[in-house]
Amino acid sequence: MTGSTLGIVDRVNLFARRIPVWLVYGLVALPAPYLFYLAATGGLGVEPISALEHEYGELALKLLIAGLCITPLRRFLGVNLMKFRRAIGVMAFAYVFAHLGVWLFLDVQDWGRIWADIVKRPYITIGMVGFVLLVPLAVTSNNLSLRWLGPLWRKLHLLVFPAAILAGLHFVMLRKGVQIEPLLYLGTILALVGIRFRLRDGKIVRA
Amino acid sequence: MAYRWKNTFTRADATPEAHFLNRRAFVGAIAAGVGLGMAGSRASAQDTLKPNDWDEITNYCNFYEFGTGKEDPPRYAKALTTSPWSIEVDGMVDRPGAYDVNDIMSEMTIEERIYRFRCVEAWSMIIPWNGFELADLLAMAGVQDGAKYVAFETLYRPEEMIGQRYPVLDWPYVEGLRLDEALHPLTIMATGIYGKPMPKQNGAPMRLVVPWKYGFKSIKSVVRITLTDKEPPTSWNRAGPQEYGFYSNVNPNVDHPRWSQATERVIGSGLFASRQPTLMFNGYQEEVASLYEGMDLAKHF
Repeated sequence: MTGSTLGIVDRVNLFARRIPVWLVYGLVALPAPYLFYLAATGGLGVEPISALEHEYGELALKLLIAGLCITPLRRFLGVNLMKFRRAIGVMAFAYVFAHLGVWLFLDVQDWGRIWADIVKRPYITIGMVGFVLLVPLAVTSNNLSLRWLGPLWRKLHLLVFPAAILAGLHFVMLRKGVQIEPLLYLGTILALVGIRFRLRDGKIVRA
Repeated sequence: MAYRWKNTFTRADATPEAHFLNRRAFVGAIAAGVGLGMAGSRASAQDTLKPNDWDEITNYCNFYEFGTGKEDPPRYAKALTTSPWSIEVDGMVDRPGAYDVNDIMSEMTIEERIYRFRCVEAWSMIIPWNGFELADLLAMAGVQDGAKYVAFETLYRPEEMIGQRYPVLDWPYVEGLRLDEALHPLTIMATGIYGKPMPKQNGAPMRLVVPWKYGFKSIKSVVRITLTDKEPPTSWNRAGPQEYGFYSNVNPNVDHPRWSQATERVIGSGLFASRQPTLMFNGYQEEVASLYEGMDLAKHF
């Protein structure tokens, strides 16, 4: 294939190869301080705490979804963005952490109430379980862990599927009434997890 | 009959809409107790209250008829036609019919009521409403013996109210009060804020305000008021009966199933402010507690 007849997929792959991973870390990290600055200076409206909490949470969801897209993109379209997968996953966790941090330190600010909320409020319980599931993934997102854990690493990182589903569910549950936006997120997550599995002889197996 | 109830909050508790001091300076001025004509107003309220200005009141709204985001109503409510507007008063009344809002206004004495407004989502504002007591409107229509409840309905006009194109709630929005709640002097039909006509995103041209109940009870852009002897359905109760009761009185001791109602965030207090404790009946306990004597408020939430 000559350069002039390169298909779109090859062009994307070529382009991706030229982008250093650190640039992805940097670009994805940028909104965090910028949003915090906006919140502190009135740029996120008159209720900046909820606004910042939601901005970080929604970015985390978007990054989780982006991370879930990497494998299907390669598998079904031949677009290879594998080298960015760790960066996207680690940054997704960073935004979950920031989201949780805003809730702990700016929103509730009371450890007794925080614990009561985690235990009593199903959407918070679900969100916290999702967070806890992501912790070992974030901790093992380095080459050393990858070598040490061997095949176990792949198994461990399957936890991203339940974590992402719980995150989507958390979003659906926290809104009043039935709202379309969170359902779109949850639907997208379910679809991206779903295409990885199929039924064989009545059992669910990896596709 | 106007002026049955006297404000304890004063204009000093709410920032004039064209205030040129910045908010920090204004709060400082209140704390120092200088000038601004606050003599005779409650010092404790001033110390704890952060004033809300026109922009806060008109840019942070729950009005799902225009979308579920807080900025959706200010963005999309412009499309609403509010004139002509009439309110159908029917059911158990002597003089049922369509009452034009201009005719209603010409009969009423508009007064200012500065109320704390507490949303079920655990945030609050102080709002200087203009309006008249609902009791006066009901007297115009003549409430018949045997009427026990008042049902309210918001306009249904999806071509102008784009949020109604989505089944977030079962449109049109409906609310209800017990008759004694409706006749209480704190209960008003609000027609303006800061002496200006009611902004569309806040429920133009005329909306209910029941300050001791969660904000969603204060139904906006009312087109129908029905006197009845049965407890009327209410939109949020239909959407989530375990989360939203008919009464929905502000009560720090009865949590929403998904969040605590013990504290609230004061709109406008910034990124690093603490929550403030929520008051029983939103601070109107003295005025309204007698309405609920003997009732289990955890059951009738």
